[in-house]
Amino acid sequence: MNGTDILTLVTIFVLSAFLGFGVISKVPSILHTPLMSGTNAIHGVVLVGSMIVLGTARNGLEITLGFLAVVLATVNVVGGFVVTDRMLEMFKGRPAPSAKTTAGPPKPGDSPAELP
Amino acid sequence: MSLDTGIRLAYLIAAICFIVALSGLSGPKTARAGNLIGAAGMSIAIGMTFATPHLGRFALIAVAMVIGAAIGFPAARLVKMTAIPQMVAAFNGVGGGAAALIALSTFMVSDAHALAVYQVVEVLFGVIVGCVSFSGSAIAFIKLQELITGRPITYPAQQVLNGIVGAAILVLAVVACVSPHTWLIATIAILALLFGIAFVLPIGGADVPVLISLLNSFTGLAVAASGFVLHSVVLVVAGTLVGASGTLLTRMMSAAMGRSLPNILFSAFGSVITATAGTEAGGDRPVRSASADDIAVLLAYSNKVIIVPGYGLAVAQAQHTARELAELLEARGVEVMYAIHPVAGRMPGHMNVLLAEANVPYEQLKEMDDANPEFQTADVALVVGANDVVNPAAKNSPGSPIYGMPILAVDEAKNIVFLKRSMRPGFAGIDNELLFDAKTTMLFGDAKDSLSKLVAAIKRL
Repeated sequence: MNGTDILTLVTIFVLSAFLGFGVISKVPSILHTPLMSGTNAIHGVVLVGSMIVLGTARNGLEITLGFLAVVLATVNVVGGFVVTDRMLEMFKGRPAPSAKTTAGPPKPGDSPAELP
Repeated sequence: MSLDTGIRLAYLIAAICFIVALSGLSGPKTARAGNLIGAAGMSIAIGMTFATPHLGRFALIAVAMVIGAAIGFPAARLVKMTAIPQMVAAFNGVGGGAAALIALSTFMVSDAHALAVYQVVEVLFGVIVGCVSFSGSAIAFIKLQELITGRPITYPAQQVLNGIVGAAILVLAVVACVSPHTWLIATIAILALLFGIAFVLPIGGADVPVLISLLNSFTGLAVAASGFVLHSVVLVVAGTLVGASGTLLTRMMSAAMGRSLPNILFSAFGSVITATAGTEAGGDRPVRSASADDIAVLLAYSNKVIIVPGYGLAVAQAQHTARELAELLEARGVEVMYAIHPVAGRMPGHMNVLLAEANVPYEQLKEMDDANPEFQTADVALVVGANDVVNPAAKNSPGSPIYGMPILAVDEAKNIVFLKRSMRPGFAGIDNELLFDAKTTMLFGDAKDSLSKLVAAIKRL
């Protein structure tokens, strides 16, 4: 909240933009969705800002907006990382051609997994 | 070391974790670890935020976080694999909403006229981009959930109206820079919400994944803007990383569909003309359908079968049955492989995830470029619940909305078998000539039922 002046922030912004472009270069298409979902979780860092707004709010309106922001941002963080992990969990048993090892315990929403 | 220094160092560690996470998520072996490192960085950042000087209302913050977690965790955990794309859209939208709220509330409590122009610009950017991302993601969610049609929704002068709303936002934003009033910012927020809706409505369901990726990078930028507003380095770093990598990813995804991003966003995929032309072409032309027993014989006495999975396989949760069929065929000496179109299903990688879940050996999964030469020597292409990704219109009819999208060369196989629920067109809403082809046999029904019937029939042979 203090002392970071606008030029420092702009510098950080520009460098981060280049880093963001550079850090993902060749992504196989099977990972497009998990990567999207993973970056989606990372922008959940907006929770930090939401907490600061709520925690330093000065009036009722700001408390309301801040509270709402914390709820929404938490949904973003928690949901984002959990759903990404669930997608990636599927890749885990990849080099295991052994027939009968089901990849992890079946989850409530998934396929009923029993074969006819 | 002061507390403030400690917090800043913790945020630095979090930022490093995010960078490592992104790089991990780009490789198949490191992806899961990457996600966990990202989560670890996030925990550090959130944990240290509680130590921020002058921060109060810990109980209220905790309550809000518990509510958020109580919504987000079960939603992410319990949702069906087929519904994951819309979950990602929803999680993205709420993030954008939070960023907009931060910018809005910070503006409302500050002495508006004491703000420098650049500070108003930061607020405006956060509000506008956050709102567009929020409402756009909401519409994407509704489309994918099929609460409204997945087809493009078009109306007369759509582009013009969108342009007017966009221009109004810009004009008001300039006015707001000169005289920042809360009501102006609020009006801009409402217009931005409208713009998000109007922007997404004309985009066809099959293109929505690319759109979600774009909105994801928007949210990243909105978060970066709220970082500027709050002077929070970690928000700027993480938001910008997502904004930049998300833009790159969006381009990669549209490249995988063989289309440019502007084409996806502004072509109103499947315009009225092509849609009507498609229906006429459907007409009452004869299609050949056969019983499961006939098809079982065809498959069992083939040398090479290529399975082409699509969204229908995902909806029917037929991946295990598909693997069972493949194993039976292999036991009879048939060569079996799966041809995976990069955008089969509703999201890139959807099929790989499902088939991996069913323990299909990785070597049998062929990416499109490797699979296409194989069709020439295949006896049967078994299309399970896929449609648009094998539609030759993408190659042959320049007027078609999917023209130019690379497709699987199913039409080169000696026989084509479609397992399909009905003659209904695919997600893009266009008829598929291949269904009427002389080489094509249809087996109507739910993908899982049909595959089970085939399995049973082959066992009886």
